[in-house]
Amino acid sequence: MSIWHWICDLLPLEMLRWGFMRNALLAILLMAPLFGILSTMIVTGRMSFFSDALGHSAFTGIAIGCICGAAAPTGVAVLFSLAFALLFSYVRSRSNQAADTLIGVFSSTAVALGIFIATLGGGSFTKYNKYLIGDILSVRPAEIGMLAIVLVAVLVFWSIYSNRLTLTAIHPQLASSRGIPVQLSQTLFTAAIAVVVTLSISSVGLLILNSLLVLPGAAARNIARNLKQYHLFSVVFALFSGISGLVISYYWGASAGATISLSLALIFAVTFCFRKVRA
Amino acid sequence: MKLFFHGGGCGDSCCLRVQNLSVKIGTEQILHDVNMHVHCGELVALIGPNGAGKSTFLKAVLGQRDYDGVIAFSAPGQRDRRPRIGYVPQSPTFDPGDPVSVADLFSCCMSKRPAFLGLSKAMRNKVLECLERVHGEDLIDKRVGTLSGGELQRVLLALALEPLPNILILDEPLSGVDVEGMGMLMDMLDEIRKTYDLSILITTHDFSILDKYADQVVLIDHTVLHQGKPQEVLNSEAFANTFHRRGGATV
Repeated sequence: MSIWHWICDLLPLEMLRWGFMRNALLAILLMAPLFGILSTMIVTGRMSFFSDALGHSAFTGIAIGCICGAAAPTGVAVLFSLAFALLFSYVRSRSNQAADTLIGVFSSTAVALGIFIATLGGGSFTKYNKYLIGDILSVRPAEIGMLAIVLVAVLVFWSIYSNRLTLTAIHPQLASSRGIPVQLSQTLFTAAIAVVVTLSISSVGLLILNSLLVLPGAAARNIARNLKQYHLFSVVFALFSGISGLVISYYWGASAGATISLSLALIFAVTFCFRKVRA
Repeated sequence: MKLFFHGGGCGDSCCLRVQNLSVKIGTEQILHDVNMHVHCGELVALIGPNGAGKSTFLKAVLGQRDYDGVIAFSAPGQRDRRPRIGYVPQSPTFDPGDPVSVADLFSCCMSKRPAFLGLSKAMRNKVLECLERVHGEDLIDKRVGTLSGGELQRVLLALALEPLPNILILDEPLSGVDVEGMGMLMDMLDEIRKTYDLSILITTHDFSILDKYADQVVLIDHTVLHQGKPQEVLNSEAFANTFHRRGGATV
């Protein structure tokens, strides 16, 4: 952290006088590549709605953790999300219902369960608002450290497994004929998303998380012609909107998460106008 | 179920031997008593009405389906290891929006290096070499979702040929391919099997190509109804019964 503070001292930005702005900026610099990369696969694998459902299940996990009086509700939440993701994978592989229908079933169940547990015995809901709306400005150094660990883990996972995941996402039948265990690949990716979403949600909130998981990939897809460009654009868009959103929100006095999400939406709109129409 | 590699049995050039094969899915008997020999360098066409069990047969040969009976492979000088099977799946479609180029597709299948880092020079040359086999070098930077039916079949064929298989299996390679592309694809398969001396097994509904390209035609409807030279099968009573009375496909 001291290196980071030293770098911040060198930057001629008035907003970096504040410790919380420094933390938020560092968190964004870690989150942008993390979610930029995951976003490419979520969009290719048509799982954007699923990541949203996972966010809700993470919230339910946190509610359960709080009720159990667990010292670290996040740990309980990770376990709950993993169970949720694995159960979803299992049901999807054995049901002939469309994936979005099943996601709807799981998502509403998770949310209902979360609210039910949180309000059980007349409990107040307000203490959970942090998780639903979240605030990147309140991110703590320990949480930033955790984001860094998650980023490294995802990069390692990606460098080993991304080829197989891509093939599974674009053509499961072809993947299986090349000896790739399709079901296992899908489950692994689902589990990875579940862990990342749950670990990040308590520090940054659901709103920014979902927009960072879907919009960079969606925008990059508008203009990318191959996987390299796809990943590159996605990470660059996430970085650009993260930083610009944070700066704008500071000077205009708006919510940082919402500003970042809107900035991503703007990038999507611009790339949509320049989308590839040719081969 | 038995799968083994044998050194002979039906002469030294028998590449795939299927004996008493039957496949059940749930309680439904999809295939029963299927017997078939495919010799090295031969192009064998499987024909039959929809739901006859052609794709199921291919999946059993690929080892993707449980079966009873014997499926045995052999290839000269390669008795001690499993055969390599190249497979081109049926009607492969890609999302037109996927930002995955042909080069990326090869890289995902063949390389350990993550495709999102881009291709190394050596890998790109390797992909070009593979595409050359199907005269498709110019397709390397196209996105897979934008390829025409014929182009996509050629790309997947090139992919199935690396590493070079003993048997090449194509499930309905001609569906979604226009007449011009059809001739081109079949000429290419003919060239490939002569150049590399490998056996090719295809399923098709297009009987017009059989006479020119197939060495052997096998008519399947849950079991083998007739097998032999193309004209023999096309003029058989079993063929007439299967297709003409049902008003099925046309010759």
